[in-house]
Amino acid sequence: MAIIIEQPDAPRSRKGAQWEKRAWIFMRASGIILVFLIIGHLSVNLVLPEHGVKAIDFAFVAGKWASPFWQAYDGLLLWFALIHGTNGMRTLVNDYTEREWLRKSLNIALWVVAATLILLGTLVITTFDPCIDPNVHNYLPDLVCKG
Amino acid sequence: MSTAVESVKVIGEVPSFQVTLFVRRFDPENDAEPKWQDFDVTVHGTDRVLDALHKIKWELDGSLTFRRSCAHGVCGSDAMRINGRNRLACKTLIKDLDITQPIYVEPIKGLKVEKDLVVDMNPFYQAYRDVKPFLIASDSPTKERIQSPEDRARFEDTTKCILCAACTTSCPVFWTDNQYFGPAAIVNAHRFIFDSRDEAAEVRLDILNDKEGVWRCRTTFNCTEACPRGIEVTKAIAEVKQAVLRGRV
Repeated sequence: MAIIIEQPDAPRSRKGAQWEKRAWIFMRASGIILVFLIIGHLSVNLVLPEHGVKAIDFAFVAGKWASPFWQAYDGLLLWFALIHGTNGMRTLVNDYTEREWLRKSLNIALWVVAATLILLGTLVITTFDPCIDPNVHNYLPDLVCKG
Repeated sequence: MSTAVESVKVIGEVPSFQVTLFVRRFDPENDAEPKWQDFDVTVHGTDRVLDALHKIKWELDGSLTFRRSCAHGVCGSDAMRINGRNRLACKTLIKDLDITQPIYVEPIKGLKVEKDLVVDMNPFYQAYRDVKPFLIASDSPTKERIQSPEDRARFEDTTKCILCAACTTSCPVFWTDNQYFGPAAIVNAHRFIFDSRDEAAEVRLDILNDKEGVWRCRTTFNCTEACPRGIEVTKAIAEVKQAVLRGRV
């Protein structure tokens, strides 16, 4: 049987071809960004406070999220970590599942979970109100939640 | 007189020893599943795994089926999984393996087993064909196409491929995803992508910038370890990735 090769230098259709390339670049770029974000996160939360890890309480978090800088910081950390992690899991699923229906279901489940977590996390960061219950004042110094 | 003959014999003597080979056998007409079969053979210190397989086939069990052609590491017919690693049976000296333990010989993984150590190589060759492994040039070949030693050095490593499939069938991505081009096809694309005389680098980069192209590579380096020709396969794949990213060679 002769193998006929039609127009060897004809370009191919590129449907969806750029997606994997972008995902690959995103993994590297977000990985580098995450290294710095996580080092900063761990330092500020666990190492730099006077009593180390014991300093973390409701007031500590409320104090951080009163600043737009830390809202943005934690928002970035949330988005990058979840998309990076979920895309990593997607490649693992693609590597290890042999049945197409299982691969598809696992991938859909992954992205649904990631989207839910990102949505909830973003909601918490942006709409955080330290005065959860006006009757309970002992979380924070009184002057914060007066009235 | 007799001592002289004896000493000559001792100098020329090749030590021989007994080894046990466990061979993964599969007969499509009678077996539902592959099974292990063990053979005890006496081999010499100069023998390779291929010699042991020959001994089994010629003296013990003529039904043992495997591919081999040149038997000297050039044709790439006898890639198999020996003690869990992909190697050419004709380049693996038995004395270099741990002969206190049995030697396990299996067909290469990820391709359908046809019989014993013979697998269906068609998906492998199809991926090879898909990357257009031939020179594509617009000018007519009326005179020599000059190339500098520096330009030649860029793809020197990937010209060494013998298409034995040891790399592709050592790749964990290929084991589960037969659509993946696999290291061997990318190596052979690399050979032409980085050839200054070739004009279709962009076409090949486009082919490999695919869902099942270079981005499936997880840089596990199994392919580089498996290559009996010592090609730096993972490096070649990384160079193709870089070329796809930059959009040029």
